[in-house]
Amino acid sequence: MGKIHLSRACLVAMAIFCACSAARAYPQQPSEDRMIAGTASGHAGGRLVVALRSEPKTLNPALALDEPSRDVIRCLTADLIHINRGSLETEPSLAKSWNVSRDGRQYTLQLRHGVRFSDGQPFNADDVLFSFQLYLDEKVDSSQRDLLVVGGKPITVVKVDDYTVRFELAQAYAAAERLFDSIAILPRHLLQNTYQNGSFPQAWSLSMPADQFAGLGPFRLKEYVAGQRVVLERNPYYWKADRAGNQLPYLNEVTFLFVPSEDAQVIRFQSGDTDVLSRFSAENFAVLQKQQSEKGYHLDDLGAGLEYNFLFFNLNDPGPNVPPEITKKQAWFQDLHFRQAVSAAIDREGIVRLVYSGRATPIWDQVTPGNKLWLDANIAHPPRSQDRARDLLKSAGFSWKSDGALLDPHGDHVEFSILTSSSNAQRTKIATIVQDDLSQLGMTVQVVPLEFRAMVDRLLNTHNYEAAVMGLVSGDADPTSEMNVWLSSGETHLWHPRQEKPATPWESEMDRLMQRQLVTLDYSKRKHLYDRVQEIVAEELPVICLVSPDILVGGANRVGNFRPAILVPYALWNIEELYVQ
Amino acid sequence: MTHQQTLVSSVAVLTAFSCVIIFAGFFAPYDFAAQDRDTPFAPPTTLHFVDASGSFHICPFVYGSRDSASTSPNAEAASEQSYPLQWFVPGTPYKIAGVFTSHVHLFGVEKPARIFLMGSDAYGRDQFSRFLYGGQISLLAGLIAAILSVSIGILAGGIAGYYGGWLDGILMRGGELFLALPWLYLLFAVRAALPLHISQWQVFLLLISVMGLIGWARPARLIRGVVLSAKERNFVLAARGFGASDAYLLRRHVLPQTYAVLLTQITLLVPQYVLAEVTLTFLGLGVGEPMPSWGALLSSLQQYSVLSSYWWMFLPALLLIPLFVVFYAAADALQELHKSVPL
Repeated sequence: MGKIHLSRACLVAMAIFCACSAARAYPQQPSEDRMIAGTASGHAGGRLVVALRSEPKTLNPALALDEPSRDVIRCLTADLIHINRGSLETEPSLAKSWNVSRDGRQYTLQLRHGVRFSDGQPFNADDVLFSFQLYLDEKVDSSQRDLLVVGGKPITVVKVDDYTVRFELAQAYAAAERLFDSIAILPRHLLQNTYQNGSFPQAWSLSMPADQFAGLGPFRLKEYVAGQRVVLERNPYYWKADRAGNQLPYLNEVTFLFVPSEDAQVIRFQSGDTDVLSRFSAENFAVLQKQQSEKGYHLDDLGAGLEYNFLFFNLNDPGPNVPPEITKKQAWFQDLHFRQAVSAAIDREGIVRLVYSGRATPIWDQVTPGNKLWLDANIAHPPRSQDRARDLLKSAGFSWKSDGALLDPHGDHVEFSILTSSSNAQRTKIATIVQDDLSQLGMTVQVVPLEFRAMVDRLLNTHNYEAAVMGLVSGDADPTSEMNVWLSSGETHLWHPRQEKPATPWESEMDRLMQRQLVTLDYSKRKHLYDRVQEIVAEELPVICLVSPDILVGGANRVGNFRPAILVPYALWNIEELYVQ
Repeated sequence: MTHQQTLVSSVAVLTAFSCVIIFAGFFAPYDFAAQDRDTPFAPPTTLHFVDASGSFHICPFVYGSRDSASTSPNAEAASEQSYPLQWFVPGTPYKIAGVFTSHVHLFGVEKPARIFLMGSDAYGRDQFSRFLYGGQISLLAGLIAAILSVSIGILAGGIAGYYGGWLDGILMRGGELFLALPWLYLLFAVRAALPLHISQWQVFLLLISVMGLIGWARPARLIRGVVLSAKERNFVLAARGFGASDAYLLRRHVLPQTYAVLLTQITLLVPQYVLAEVTLTFLGLGVGEPMPSWGALLSSLQQYSVLSSYWWMFLPALLLIPLFVVFYAAADALQELHKSVPL
């Protein structure tokens, strides 16, 4: 009797055990710290096809500068602390928890146990140390290095034990947690030798054999066909699971097709060749909207993103490369009333309507309505008024000829040129509308489209320009990501970059405010400081902010868990949770 | 139709078209740069002869301008107010040939209605007005460039054919070099090297000069061929025997024999240079905003959204086809007439 009971119990136990194994989509690794994604379950299998604007230049996270390379690298690698694009807050990633020292200068991160790279090798603190050593090495010259320099000194990384790492900063840094986002952790076992014999810059190009690559992201490299596509396959060792315990990602394969122009991407999305579309213009949105229901895709307008487009004038000191005609005109540009008059005359609503078909928001300072955490709602939004513009010009000593042409206090006719990038149709259209608005004030404005790199050279190096229309977008909502724009010594302080000391009292105040918010840890105090920066920008108008375009994305109906966000990479930030029906 | 009749009717059509273009300000209801930001990409306005109650009007009318975002073109037409087409209306002032000012336009409608015979573009500017003003720029560019290249062609071809020898060799090999130049890339390079401050008219003149200077080789070869045979004629040899100088012979006897060929060449070259100017402005190399050359009118077709949604943006291209047909018909007729004239 006992025997029969035992054997029956064994049978029952085995049956339960088998049933459990069958119910799980993928086998679970023992003693593993998994991260549980907060999403409803999808089902496993299927492939996703996405278009890239151009071929990625490299898959090396330390050297990748262009957007397509970063898009692919994001699917292949993981970071320690990640910014959740949906909530804009930080969340644990490879580091399951962390504590901050009281002075805010030491961050101790506890890493997950039992995590493995996509080739099966284990991950531990040695990989973290190795990765940061690479990023901070000046000879490697990684673009990430500047992000890791705080208070003038690079951060130091100390191994506490196999699964604990401590980061030491030279000074307290408010956005320190956000530093770690997108700093990919590299495999020491594959790259140590490459690094030591100096061939790291050539490592991890697109044409490398797939078995030389290992990452901690949801996918790993499968295939690359030059000029056509990059194919990624599911990482069987991925350390995230959904709430039901199924290992992520759901998709078996992701294919990135190289489709060079936006119009071609729209056509391919419309015909069902690709499943996801992002970074496209409002006109194409209207074209796609007409066929939404019958073609099986849906479009989302997510509202204002972080991008802001603006007009600015050359406020540099006279330099060797600047012709005297431009130096003479700077007398107008330096006059605050002139800039205020220009801002008052521009029809921002017209730009929203004509250039973006209504899918944009007019703005008067650099923080857009999409950035809810940092927006200062008290900034004035004066309506367009040609009369107020004329009054401002009159008070600055300008006058008008009988045929309506505007003359400056010396009697010279006011005329200047606006540079735009010839590859960006929207900015050229904005400049054309500005040209028409200013011609009603009597100014003669010429729109000069230039090739992008030639324009940037004029703006930042030779300063041989008068005015320009440009746009900026940062990868993060935090003001620290824009330090280089608002600091007077910054590289991208567009209207007068790389000043040795602040040229105007308001620029020196902006410097002080930005430096203080960098080290203030309390959010409400930081917000107060940054609000004042926004007020200065709206009053002194170093840049005349015009519009912020909406984020537009499209997805095929069969893609589940599709939750696009306003931060790059708009639609694929949760690629490990996407599934196809 | 005989060649004579073809020639006469082609020239008549071209003259009539040129008159309309020269008086563009009169025939166009709006200024070429006038933006109407409430009606971007408006379809061509329908002219109605029969109103909602069914009665016929001799003078056509339009309905008040509709918001471009509305989708149904038929609904609500009955409830809108009608605006009759008016003739000889006063409007924005304009200049004829840069000299005479006037403000009378051939036709127009009262505000707030708008009459867009060929629809409007992305900024709400009337395409019909821009087509007429654009003709001034494109046709003038084509004409001046053609005359320029033919003038250089006469000089080079005449000298090469008349003197022969090493001069002939240098000039003709030089011409072949120009024929082989990738003129599009040359123009990109020239445009990038220009200072920011160059005014629209300077860009225009530069464009014409570069087009004309590159294209002299083909007329030069033709002229050279004619001069080679012309200089051997009896009366030329006789005049030389009487002591005439080279310059006299060229001017009085040799070159007049090339006039027929020259005329045909110009008639063929003008549409080619017009098309070259259209291509350049389409690619962004010609006159800038808001100047309305024909290429600028067509350049928005480079975007898929415009191509698929707004059919009226094709109309400038369609209107160019009959124009070129007329030019080629005239050139053809000239060529046939020249052949049948005994020498």
